[in-house]
Amino acid sequence: MTTLRRGRVRRLTALIRKESFQIIRDPSSILIALVLPLILLFLFGYGVSLDTSRTNVGLVLEETTPVTLELAASFQNSRYFDVTVGHDRREFAEDLVQSRIGGILVIPNGFTADLTAARHPAVQVIVDGADPNTANFVQNYAAGTVSTWEAQRAAERALTATPLLVQQRFWFNPELKSRNFLVPGSIAIVMTLVGTLLTSMVIAREWERGTMEAMMATPVTAWELLAGKIVPYFLLGLASMSLCVGLAVFLFGVPFRGSILALYALSAAFLMPSLGQGLLISAVTKNQFLASQLALLSGFLPSFLLSGFIFEINSMPLVIQYVSMIVPARYLIPSLQSVFLAGDIWPMFLRSILVLLGFGLVLFAVAIRKTAKRIT
Amino acid sequence: MGLTRLLALVRKEFLALFRDPKSRMILIMPPLIQLVVFSYAATLEVRNVDVMVLNRDSGHWGAELTSRIEASPQFHLVQRTDDPAELREAIDREWVIAAVEIGADFSRDIESGVTAEMAVILDGRRSNASQIVSGYISSIAAGLAADTPAGQRLATVRVGTVARNWFNPNLEFKWFMVPGLVASIAMLVGLLVTSLSIARERELGTFDQLMVSPLRTHEILIGKVIPPILIGFLHITLFILAAVWIFGIPLRGSVIALYAAAFFYLVSLVGFGLFISALAATQQQAILGAFLFLVPAMLLSGFATPIANMPGWLQVLTYVNPLRYFLVIVRGVFLKDIPLAEIIAETAPMAVIAAITLPAAGWLFRSRLE
Repeated sequence: MTTLRRGRVRRLTALIRKESFQIIRDPSSILIALVLPLILLFLFGYGVSLDTSRTNVGLVLEETTPVTLELAASFQNSRYFDVTVGHDRREFAEDLVQSRIGGILVIPNGFTADLTAARHPAVQVIVDGADPNTANFVQNYAAGTVSTWEAQRAAERALTATPLLVQQRFWFNPELKSRNFLVPGSIAIVMTLVGTLLTSMVIAREWERGTMEAMMATPVTAWELLAGKIVPYFLLGLASMSLCVGLAVFLFGVPFRGSILALYALSAAFLMPSLGQGLLISAVTKNQFLASQLALLSGFLPSFLLSGFIFEINSMPLVIQYVSMIVPARYLIPSLQSVFLAGDIWPMFLRSILVLLGFGLVLFAVAIRKTAKRIT
Repeated sequence: MGLTRLLALVRKEFLALFRDPKSRMILIMPPLIQLVVFSYAATLEVRNVDVMVLNRDSGHWGAELTSRIEASPQFHLVQRTDDPAELREAIDREWVIAAVEIGADFSRDIESGVTAEMAVILDGRRSNASQIVSGYISSIAAGLAADTPAGQRLATVRVGTVARNWFNPNLEFKWFMVPGLVASIAMLVGLLVTSLSIARERELGTFDQLMVSPLRTHEILIGKVIPPILIGFLHITLFILAAVWIFGIPLRGSVIALYAAAFFYLVSLVGFGLFISALAATQQQAILGAFLFLVPAMLLSGFATPIANMPGWLQVLTYVNPLRYFLVIVRGVFLKDIPLAEIIAETAPMAVIAAITLPAAGWLFRSRLE
């Protein structure tokens, strides 16, 4: 009994050693596990930003009176706009068509007269609908600036107190930096790349070259063989994740308010379905090229699109919302963002971990069946 | 003579691409899946979100505000609570994206003409979406404020804003995303096909056969370049048709100008693809190389997020990205009917990129042979 177990342990460690050597020697695994994560993290840290920090707008004063100049000044002082002043909207039309500005704000002729006669004057906000996100922000901020100006005017003239004041509190990320949620999210993408893309390609290569069958001929059991493959990639995945977390915190200054334990527990749980998927893909395709395509299509793309990483799942059509329920990254990303920004929320994390382990179990079971079938 | 040889090679390339079920698969399935999934899933609009209301006010105005929030079409579920701990948990666990807190004095303040306060708590982990939600709630609050006694006194001088959305009256996100996909999916396919073409022959050993054939090196290169360009045109055409007929996006500008620009776009991409192909020894390396090019090219193009939001040094890097220019052209031609001069101004950089990458790839290819 003990000799049997010792033999098993020895075989397994030998397999893990062999696999680890292969990882270190293979340039593509270094590329996927180290270079790609760095590139992705840099891109999401620096390149992708949803912060509409300052938008260039054209401000058209169709009439120049003390009132319109005052309103113009509050646009110029707004921290959301970089304002260029003109007197005719045609001056800016071409800029708007060519996306050099995000909008044209027009204070129309007769604005002052309408204001004094209480005829509901309005500032026109012309935006470039070809870029709906910026267009929405310009509209919201323009409306906000106008109502702030109006409230100040009313207060100055002591007409009446502002009836209602809305206090906004953004928890967890008061500076509203999109980087703070994009960088943690991209760590999930990196783990998908290591777990699914790298694993599926490397094991598919073994099938392609026939070394998998060669291993089968040895006393190693299917279980040991797969465990020997999975353990090194599991560790590699965690190493990649640790590298990314280090960069996120020290280079990008993303706050880390949770515990290391929660971070590793969540990541380890996520690597289960991720590796299981990689294993399954390789067993089904037995071909590097197909494996890489399938891994990108079923691993990378859904983690990117259907996980709530950038795009709100609630806003998608119902069918796509249902599809997103089987995307493991959907369960990791909110928890990962919370570990960074909110701290430990264990009820949420435990639920994610359980779901991820469940996915992992199913995928591993199917993958092992497929692999075992291949042998017989 | 040269022409027949070339045509034969182009024919062989097409046969190789379409007879192999694997490469047939990457030509058809992924682009279609991407078009559908991206078009419907990739939206920065915020709808159907859940919010919570904590109303401590027993008067009329707190109830009125609550029912107005419940009536808003933007929200899916509006939960009510009396317990701040429950509110905290709902935000923490992302059950709701925002919570509105109405104080006990809300109605009394409004009726006595004192400024009433309400708080909106938003989930900063999703700061983009929560800013939009905050906009929704603010406009509900502004509507309520206008109906208060103090608001009605103010209303005599109320200043508003009138929105005019050029090119896309309902600000539909699809109108932004789908033309972008025409450009980016053509890049995905074109680059993969080119970068795999030489690597595959190397791996299968047929490359040596090609080298000993009467074909000259530049003829082989041209033969490798033509099929991906034609396939790129095929995809662009398919996606334009899908954009117009399936997604109902207006095509307002000149299609001829779009195709002319597409030619330079595809040539510049194929230059990059050939470069990767010449460097890669195996298909796996070629795929990884293509991936390594595609991800930054997609993210640094203005496809999903504006280039203007990037730091200056990164913006410089986008100048070598053909997608950056073609996106402006595709979106411009579809929605804005941009003038020819602008199309030319955006096409010229792509022509320059092509004039550099293609000869460079040819040179690298030749030097790797020796």
